[in-house]
Amino acid sequence: MPRRRRTKLLEYLLVRVAPTQAGAERCELSFVDAKLSSLPRARSCHPARSLERSDHSASCLEQPYTPTPLPSSPMTVRLGLETIAARAVGAVSRAAGRGGGTTLPGKLLWKIDPGAVDALAARLPSGVALVSATNGKTTTTAMSAKVLGEKHRLAWNRAGANLLSGVASALVTGRGADLGLFEVDEGALPEAIRRTRPRVVSLGNLFRDQLDRYGELELVAERWRSAVDLLPTSTTLVVNVDDPILAKLAEGREAALRFGLDDPRHARPTLQHAADSKYCVRCGHPYEYAAAYVGHLGDYRCPACGHERPPLDVAARDIELVGLTGSRFRLDTPLGSTVVELSLPGLYNVYNAVAAASLATALGTSPAATARGLADFSAAFGRFERIPAGAKTIVVLLIKNPAAANEALRTLETGVPPVLVIALNDAIADGRDISWIWDVDFEPLLPHVGRVVATGDRAAELGLRLVYGGLSEDQLEVIPALEQALDRGLGLVDAGTELVILPTYTAMLALRGVLTERGYVRPYWDGTT
Amino acid sequence: MTISVGHLYPEYLNIYADRGNIAVLTRRAALRGHELVVQPIGIGEQLRPGAHDLLYIGGGQDREQSLIAPDLADKSSAIRHAVAEGAALLAVCGGYQLLGRGYRGRDGSFMPGAGLFGHETVAGTTRMIGDVLLECELEPGASRQLAGFENHAGRTVLDRDAEPLGRVVYGFGNDGASGFEGTRLGRALGTYLHGPLLPRNPWLADWLLAQALAHAGGGEPPILDPLSDELEAQAFRVAAGRARDRGGRR
Repeated sequence: MPRRRRTKLLEYLLVRVAPTQAGAERCELSFVDAKLSSLPRARSCHPARSLERSDHSASCLEQPYTPTPLPSSPMTVRLGLETIAARAVGAVSRAAGRGGGTTLPGKLLWKIDPGAVDALAARLPSGVALVSATNGKTTTTAMSAKVLGEKHRLAWNRAGANLLSGVASALVTGRGADLGLFEVDEGALPEAIRRTRPRVVSLGNLFRDQLDRYGELELVAERWRSAVDLLPTSTTLVVNVDDPILAKLAEGREAALRFGLDDPRHARPTLQHAADSKYCVRCGHPYEYAAAYVGHLGDYRCPACGHERPPLDVAARDIELVGLTGSRFRLDTPLGSTVVELSLPGLYNVYNAVAAASLATALGTSPAATARGLADFSAAFGRFERIPAGAKTIVVLLIKNPAAANEALRTLETGVPPVLVIALNDAIADGRDISWIWDVDFEPLLPHVGRVVATGDRAAELGLRLVYGGLSEDQLEVIPALEQALDRGLGLVDAGTELVILPTYTAMLALRGVLTERGYVRPYWDGTT
Repeated sequence: MTISVGHLYPEYLNIYADRGNIAVLTRRAALRGHELVVQPIGIGEQLRPGAHDLLYIGGGQDREQSLIAPDLADKSSAIRHAVAEGAALLAVCGGYQLLGRGYRGRDGSFMPGAGLFGHETVAGTTRMIGDVLLECELEPGASRQLAGFENHAGRTVLDRDAEPLGRVVYGFGNDGASGFEGTRLGRALGTYLHGPLLPRNPWLADWLLAQALAHAGGGEPPILDPLSDELEAQAFRVAAGRARDRGGRR
């Protein structure tokens, strides 16, 4: 949107809407641009959201809250018309079977009036929670939705449309919602913070990812730092301090919940090849790890300057991993402890669960309610999702960068499947630069696998990676066409067994398209809260 | 024959899958009966004169590059000496910049490099990101193509007498303007192309191995037995197509 038009719109909002809504005491519009105002916004309902106050916040949330009806100012009429139009577009798009229309309504609204996101978010009586991370944000958000959905009606971007247009869509379609729960792309986080003025921001991890798209890790961290610095003290920062860069972001912040894992029995013997933040964020000396859990996430200490992981407010302890089926751990929070049973495998899902639990804690959810929600959770879209396909089952594990792929492969190490289908695309959403596949540790898995079908637009390149990783050429089949590769994979596994597929993002969407056509899965926009 | 490879700062400079390049060299040497011995050379570790037939230096993020820069300055004369004595060298991305005369930041600061290659890099305001196709002629009359991926903000300007690695067919190249990519100095090559570069460009891997074997055994670079390279050719075709369709655009 041209700057001039945007400025005009801001003026319009300030002049025409602010005075009429002043009485509502919750829709202050002095925030419209964070640059205009980094002032904390005074919410009558939530004077402070530090952890000490979480009991208060919780009880406050329970109050029957009747949003003051918005006066029929020209803006309201306009916003109303815009959202109606946007909803209609989404409905038409879904009816036409085009991609689900998950972002189309939002794209429309985003295009005609980005300020509508601010206004719609401000209408949510229980506020907004944002979740960002390189890895696990979709799963973390879905887990949080399961936990928070018990008490709240959510506006939630469930299909992983995590740019501002996706947030706009969820706001438009989430009629009657009281709480906004949004997964946000790392690059879009600063703007999402500026526009939605969240009560809680959850930061999960930063790994190297799609350097052609996001730029270097430091750059993303720097943008996050500036965005976090602008947060009012009333916003609770939920942060994974097992990641040194994120721990530094939260340094000195009172309204913060610091989470991590605490069970050195599950540490890796050494840092992985693709480990990113190996060097002290303060002095540059290599960290020493008492325990490295996933990539560079763990219990670190710099022998030179003493920078170390801060104490954990929320932690997973006594973790038991149960093969490919799930895990169990003790969740310690400032509101109490509980045992969590997860039906998702792998240590990285324990991280996701602790992130979701911390977010729920920040919103005043009790440990028992958190554990209930997490126990109910099965899998987010394409993340260790099991899809019955006739007599066989397809297991889909999204791979999108070295850290995520390494964890997916590590999960498989407990029982290596005889056949793997791996799909590598190089669209913008996958990362056009495919060099990351060489940073993935395929090597430990390959001696145990019988046959690999390499597919996707860059199937040949993937095949080369596997051959150089030790797979013999007669165990490899290169079939670029995804559907053909899927059929070949299904043909190679026995009835009653599982076919494991590791696709990149757009390959996963294409695969779901095929499975939907065959009636194995419902379209992803059909889900229910 | 044993080929000794010195891999500079693998712990710091490894961002674009540089280990892929090493894996390709190792396997292609082994298939011809040679053994590649790779020695990681880190900060504070000495580069012994004449010890390596091939030196490799990859790319890193800005932070990692600034962490190794002071140490590289200490090693610069040893690197120049090794190349002058006929060792082969491949420098990719950040490593390519670091081996030039230096890097001029947007604030006017100047970070000196190892001074092996005749070029200087100036920080740009936009990144040049995308697939690349090059036309190279490392041996007179033998024109070959290279397909890779570039992602750099620095504009590298070659000295008037410096030789480029290749001419840009599709993509940005050194500076997005000159039409040149990379540089060549005897058996030393520098390039922005990663991807990694060698798996889909096996002829370049073999060229480097031949130069390294010449250093190891004396005499001319040997002609290596051809390998089937079917998958390699397929990967190259797709990558070259990507460069044609979407290289060199912002």
